[in-house]
Amino acid sequence: MDLNSGDLNSPLSTGTTIIGVTYNGGVVLGADSRTSTGMYVANRASDKITQLTDNVYLCRSGSAADTQTISDYVRYFLHQHTIQLGQPTTVKVAANLVRLLAYNNKNMLQAGLIVGGWDKYEGGKIYGVPLGGTIIEQPFAIGGSGSSYLYGFFDQAWKEGMTQEEAEQLVVKAVSLAIARDGASGGVVRTVTINSEGVARKFYPGDSLPLWHEELEPHESLLDILSTSNPEPMVS
Amino acid sequence: MSKAAIEGPPKGGFSFDLCRRNEMLVQKGLNAPSFLKTGTTIVGLVFQDGVILGADTRATEGPIVADKNCEKIHYIAPNIYCCGAGTAADTEAVTDMVSSQLTLHRHHTGRESRVVTALTLLKSHLFSYQGYVSAALVLGGVDFTGPHLHTIYPHGSTDTLPFATMGSGSLAAMAVFESKYREGLTRDEGVQLVAEAISSGIFNDLGSGSNVDICVLTKGHKEYLRNHLQPNPRTYISEKGYSFSKKTEVLLTKITPLRDSIHIIEGGDEMEE
Repeated sequence: MDLNSGDLNSPLSTGTTIIGVTYNGGVVLGADSRTSTGMYVANRASDKITQLTDNVYLCRSGSAADTQTISDYVRYFLHQHTIQLGQPTTVKVAANLVRLLAYNNKNMLQAGLIVGGWDKYEGGKIYGVPLGGTIIEQPFAIGGSGSSYLYGFFDQAWKEGMTQEEAEQLVVKAVSLAIARDGASGGVVRTVTINSEGVARKFYPGDSLPLWHEELEPHESLLDILSTSNPEPMVS
Repeated sequence: MSKAAIEGPPKGGFSFDLCRRNEMLVQKGLNAPSFLKTGTTIVGLVFQDGVILGADTRATEGPIVADKNCEKIHYIAPNIYCCGAGTAADTEAVTDMVSSQLTLHRHHTGRESRVVTALTLLKSHLFSYQGYVSAALVLGGVDFTGPHLHTIYPHGSTDTLPFATMGSGSLAAMAVFESKYREGLTRDEGVQLVAEAISSGIFNDLGSGSNVDICVLTKGHKEYLRNHLQPNPRTYISEKGYSFSKKTEVLLTKITPLRDSIHIIEGGDEMEE
């Protein structure tokens, strides 16, 4: 019961790795899929890349309740805005709306966000909206608890004018690196690629990700043992 | 410091005397009475043609079992039900409130309620109370767009999942789901798996206990299996039995009306406006 009340009263937070990267024709957004309450993984397949409009997506980190509410509001405002404008919103407008909510309610919120998308005026753009509610246009942005393991990697690996394939591979590699080192990140890797052609969602299961230093191949997992008819006893 | 501040009590404004007293009592080790909490196991899963919800039936008040057979699967709409964990009063109040809003909405639109509507109403209420309404919910239903299952946390965040558990017994129940859930379960397999997950909570979690309640929701159909399993029956049964004679004591047989009759006055003055 104590365990229960502790679990229930601690806010759900997305100890997270989120990434946004620009390439020569658009942007790639990436995220892990772990949502945790304290020590418990509340959802191992969550989707932290939320759609705002047809051409703009949002990566969420921080409190799940806060970031979901922000994205619900922004999606609602942008829906009305697209109707009034009669054409798709720009990434800048979407990002500025996110910033407006994050900044005006900064005392109430715990939200680190990355807005990414494509529009016909400026092409692919990434905007970071970190904790205080400032807005930063960046060629690439990283966020969440896992991002601290990635600064050096991105300084080295990000190049101007990458192809879509290169950018996607970079994002998957970076998220899998963060998953390997950050306890609060894990599960699968999700990516969203946005360019003039449209949007493509991709999903990389945990067992298809590359293995890094001292990581082991999945071997006699508990799930495999349970599925076999005559399980071998586990040997320590 | 001015002299007036020391001598006389402040005039007007709020008095925080009781707050300071309560703070002192807490420091001295007095525990304020707690709310009735449903240390709980609640679960839900999606099967081939709908959603199944499950719950245990124990309500606790600290270490005391306050109710051995309470109902934790709440009605939201004819096609939507919701399991509640956390403070019993909050889960009851919040589900009743949303249920009433959806009823009005149905009368207004003349259409079946959708699960996402219930989800949005619940999450926006819980978010605006910043976690102080302590209701952790598993919301399930079948609507025009198909079967849906969501979990809602007290702070207002939501998840959409094929199988979900909540409450203090969620770890025990999730262990069962993680090892045995698969896509395309039949109704009977689903009910059995939900019963097994709840039983796992009942037997392994101190906050959960007593019986298993189940609710099966399919397109246009609802099946509420109250006390589907009763794994904890009474062990001692009195020889004399627990039935009491229906003999009642007659206190009063003659009914005396407060006023004998209404007198109609003939030919009174006419009423004037």
